[in-house]
Amino acid sequence: MSETTFSACPACNAAPFAEQTALGDDAHGNVVLTLPTIHCAACISAVERTLSAMPNVTSARVNLTLKRATIETDAAVPVEDFIKELGAIGYEAHELDPSLLMQSEMERAARKLLTRLAVSGFAMMNVMLLSVAVWSGADGITRDMFHWISAMIAVPATIYAAQPFFTSAWSVLRHRHLNMDVPISLAILLALVTSLYETTLSGEHAYFDAAISLTFFLLAGRYLDHRTRSMARSAAQELSALEVPRAIVRRDGRDETVGVKSLVVGDILVIRPGARLPVDGDVIDGTSEVDRSILTGETRPEFVNIGHALRAGELNLTGPLLVRATAVGQDTSLHQISELVAIAESGRSKYTSIADKAASLYAPGVHILSAISFIGWFLYSGDLRMSLNIASAVLIITCPCALGLAVPAVTTAASGRLYKKGLLIKSATALERIAQIDTVVFDKTGTLTNGTPRLVSLPIAQATHLQIAATLASHSSHPLSRALLSALDAQGMSRAQVTDVNEVPGFGIEGRFDGMLVRLGRAEWVGATHDQGTATFLAIGDQTPIGFEFADTLRLGARDLINELKAQGLDVHILSGDTELAVKSVAQDLGITTFAAGETPISKAAYISSLHASGKTVLMIGDGLNDTAALTTAHVSISPASALDAARVASDIVFLGARLDQLVGVVGVADQSQRRIKENFQIATLYNVVAVPIAIAGLATPLIAALAMSLSSITVTLNALRIK
Amino acid sequence: MDVLVYLIPISIFLGGVGLFGFLYTLKSKQYDDPEGDARRILNSDWDDRPKPD
Repeated sequence: MSETTFSACPACNAAPFAEQTALGDDAHGNVVLTLPTIHCAACISAVERTLSAMPNVTSARVNLTLKRATIETDAAVPVEDFIKELGAIGYEAHELDPSLLMQSEMERAARKLLTRLAVSGFAMMNVMLLSVAVWSGADGITRDMFHWISAMIAVPATIYAAQPFFTSAWSVLRHRHLNMDVPISLAILLALVTSLYETTLSGEHAYFDAAISLTFFLLAGRYLDHRTRSMARSAAQELSALEVPRAIVRRDGRDETVGVKSLVVGDILVIRPGARLPVDGDVIDGTSEVDRSILTGETRPEFVNIGHALRAGELNLTGPLLVRATAVGQDTSLHQISELVAIAESGRSKYTSIADKAASLYAPGVHILSAISFIGWFLYSGDLRMSLNIASAVLIITCPCALGLAVPAVTTAASGRLYKKGLLIKSATALERIAQIDTVVFDKTGTLTNGTPRLVSLPIAQATHLQIAATLASHSSHPLSRALLSALDAQGMSRAQVTDVNEVPGFGIEGRFDGMLVRLGRAEWVGATHDQGTATFLAIGDQTPIGFEFADTLRLGARDLINELKAQGLDVHILSGDTELAVKSVAQDLGITTFAAGETPISKAAYISSLHASGKTVLMIGDGLNDTAALTTAHVSISPASALDAARVASDIVFLGARLDQLVGVVGVADQSQRRIKENFQIATLYNVVAVPIAIAGLATPLIAALAMSLSSITVTLNALRIK
Repeated sequence: MDVLVYLIPISIFLGGVGLFGFLYTLKSKQYDDPEGDARRILNSDWDDRPKPD
């Protein structure tokens, strides 16, 4: 785990992390950096020039589409140097773990599909050209010659280009199942074989153009599908690759930076302020406060010192800690919660998409129809050749050209729209499931709120006292100090003359003002009584301490999103592990009446299950580890990019960026895309209703097949593009 | 109709040139960074001489 997942402030969390990664594991070779802020030609050359000018760099290349830089080095260069150097010229950079970027594999698959698409497109155009000549009246020896040339082009091209369908069909047939690719492969092969046979007999009709254009259109659908998925997958991979897992270990009195995977039980780890625990362990030295919100949802930092047990995923806030590892890797509590997700995942009934349902009706139907027309015509006329021709014409005409494009074209258009808004659709059926929801359940900490505190109101106090508070706060990087300081600075508060300032990790900051001891920190430490909520106290000498109360801030756009969801008639709930008081104030602020506080990961999942049991369909939006089980249980789930890896893995959609109102319109787009898919199915069905009787009657010609195929494919694609 | 003897091979050849051109661009990874390549035109780097490999 690393700091990058901490939602509060990605930039300041990345900084201490960069220090840890001082020396990359792979001394030579590639370093991959992500550069989220580059956007122009000037950025490319500035970044490349800066990196190339650094010692030991052999080459540096920026990819603007992926917003990444790949650096090749011939000697060990600390990754931190690159990040610092780029930071100096104003570009934010983070290291990516190249082993998690399987870009090349997906690229290779995409390139292969594109090659096949190109070959089939080339062949289709040539064969069509020849076919037009035949349709416009070429006959006798000219027609035969044209058929032979068509065969020479179409047969090898189809056999090469249609391989994805053949292999897929073969693999399901071996398991005695049917999918869409079975009728597709059968139609293509039968069209080729009967056309070849017809050509040798100088027959009138050859379907070479149908076979190759079928391959072309279906490959286009396949490619769209692949691109949509790989786009989302590569972005999701990039999020995981951002967390290069490293830890600082103290061995023989020396600190070493090592990979988290190499840690063993008993290792002594140095956990700096701002770092996340990579293991479960006991504190053996140091005093600090930890933020457990990612595990429990509770926003108030907890005090820890020697003897306290810490769990992986918790964030150290103030002082450095020495921790002896008690559980590593698979045994950490972090991992055990991930296991909970795996269990929930296996229990989740696999969702069957509309497309799959259509295919399961369609595939057997087509075969039966084709077989019946073959048998019928054979019994009626006793002409094997004609019956076979009619049967293959039926297969070609019914073949799901439009069906193969109907869904991918719509999902590509819809995902493209949402991608522009910063939303990654990870699951192929996510849009379909979103269109069905009637209840939205939010997590509070880190989802509805930023997970960072903000001063509720300035207490009534003398200006000098506030100045003292500002001065003390400026000496600490504790979240509460920072929040206090920014609130006081907003008031234009000047600093007081405080001397001997010293941060006591886990307690607060103290100093001397006019000879009096002044302290800013925990209630117990300054001698105040603390009731509830998140607060820090200022004590000046023997005077009654002044309390500063804090509350979590709402994420930008939260109100807009909630209002929109309500306007669409959806039920909105809050489900949080935080205290009743904290949850209630957020709920009231947003006008949400249904909420539950103090929930555990298991009770969260149970809450969702009981909603499902009462007939609701739930969309869960959450980011914490305590949400993962609930995210998996829900019908469909969304998490922010700042969420923990496990939570992102468990959810179907990830939104990049800090604003919640990015999600405004998601339900609308999902509804629209479902409407378009259904319309596309209707168009495809309508076309079959018209064309199939013609084919069964034996009246179909290659011209009719080509016209119907192209028309229906173009109509469904245009219909898909109507998504706004 | 004798003209077909020339026209058909010519049309197939021209189509083939297009196909191989496309396959070449695909192989030399010219579709990896469409956005970046579009912007690189605006750079004045290597305007005077080609970039050494």
